[in-house]
Amino acid sequence: MRYSIFSLAAQTLAGHRGWKPAWRDAAPKAEYDVLIIGGGGHGLATAHYLASRHGITNVAVIEKGYIGSGNVGRNTTIIRSNYLLPGNTPFYEHSLKLWEGLEQDINYNAMVSQRGVLNLYHSDAQRDAYARRGNAMRLAGVDADLLDREQVRAMVPFLNYETGRFPIQGGLLQKRGGSVRHDAVAWGYARAADQRGVDIVQNCEVTGLTIANGRITGVETSRGPIRAKKVALAVAGNSSRLAAMAGMRLPIETHVLQAFVSEGLKPVIDNVVTYGAGHFYISQSDKGGLVFGGDIDGYNSYAQRGNLPVIEDVMESAMGLWPGLGRIRMLRHWGGVMDMSMDGSPIIDHTPVDGLYLNAGWCYGGFKATPASGFCFAHLIARDEPHPVATAFRLDRFATGRVIDEKGAGAQPNLH
Amino acid sequence: MRITCPHCGARDVQEFTYLGDASPSRPDGLEATEAAMFDYVYQRENPAGRHRELWYHGAGCHAWLTVTRDTRTHAIEAVEPTKRPKAGTAA
Repeated sequence: MRYSIFSLAAQTLAGHRGWKPAWRDAAPKAEYDVLIIGGGGHGLATAHYLASRHGITNVAVIEKGYIGSGNVGRNTTIIRSNYLLPGNTPFYEHSLKLWEGLEQDINYNAMVSQRGVLNLYHSDAQRDAYARRGNAMRLAGVDADLLDREQVRAMVPFLNYETGRFPIQGGLLQKRGGSVRHDAVAWGYARAADQRGVDIVQNCEVTGLTIANGRITGVETSRGPIRAKKVALAVAGNSSRLAAMAGMRLPIETHVLQAFVSEGLKPVIDNVVTYGAGHFYISQSDKGGLVFGGDIDGYNSYAQRGNLPVIEDVMESAMGLWPGLGRIRMLRHWGGVMDMSMDGSPIIDHTPVDGLYLNAGWCYGGFKATPASGFCFAHLIARDEPHPVATAFRLDRFATGRVIDEKGAGAQPNLH
Repeated sequence: MRITCPHCGARDVQEFTYLGDASPSRPDGLEATEAAMFDYVYQRENPAGRHRELWYHGAGCHAWLTVTRDTRTHAIEAVEPTKRPKAGTAA
């Protein structure tokens, strides 16, 4: 069924009894042309673009839990393309352009809201760094506006401008950035892929990769073996575990990242605002809750829950930026496990095993990349060559010295 | 999370700074191959389960500690003083 104002009107008149499940809960077949491991945003997007752009429809997405149970449902839903380095800027801008046309492409309301992402600066040096990043963005065709304190104050008058330890001097605004309803991204991509014949197999955990003569031939799963000509890993957080099944080690550590939501409020903040003197960012969901987050906990973790010191740190940053938040109650918090790569940038590449492809290392930034990650991964799988905007995300860049270290933190994953 | 420092007793994790996996050991920079150096700097086992890792007790005794911890549960099995200095030692 195609969703539209007419289908909605017809269902309204019929008492909403005719809606069908948005995708089939498929059982695994014996063999596929392409098997995607990981039913998160990136895996489902890859399936959609394989089917819609490359005509490859004998595809399964297998997921150990239910789709949307991992990081696609655990992030803070922000989209932006305000990157400095040449390897990153075109990729994230491609992603933002795909976000802009996503709902028409997949016929699903993902509530894409380009409400603007404002990065605050608090010193002359930080202003200069932001001006440089804004100029790099504009040279790459991305929108960026450098604002002074009064321009920022006109947008968000309730922040602490003068009396904080780090007074706000201004900000770098990307108006086209914003937020998207993350669950709808998983569901929308799943439905779009399913309609083109992709099987979405849930509760199917991979227990082994079958490799013969240096070539992948299939996978072992909790629901039996599945043969495949090509296998694609999109399992951020668990990439090292899957790679170990193929005898590989990766330049990745798994870390837990927490996020928070407050009780529901009337509209108080229109944009996404990031604090420049600590790691903190905040926006408001359409349901009214303030959604915010900060640093990873900082030590290797596969537990999808965090510890209290980071909660305290995030709340201190919140109070430093916006003292009015002090009367608001936190409703809930949760954790997701991230692939923290050694340079803070992702990997979309072949592996040394023929027919095995890797999409990993998304660090803090996987959600905004979802469409381009799927688009470029599908391109790589279908054509066996990288998409032009993703050529820098090579697995061998660490060995060759071509790292993409946006933050300049070096090979220390918990600092990116 | 608390770490029981062998010198200071059980202390809040905020007193400590994390470095990472304790197993990589730095090859001799003059002798090592590029591949060995790459392996040391970038490649990690990243296990889901038992992990030996280095923590620095910066707000306590300033000792480097080797902590054995389960990365799935955060349960700490053992904490020992680190035997070797972290950097500059040949493998």
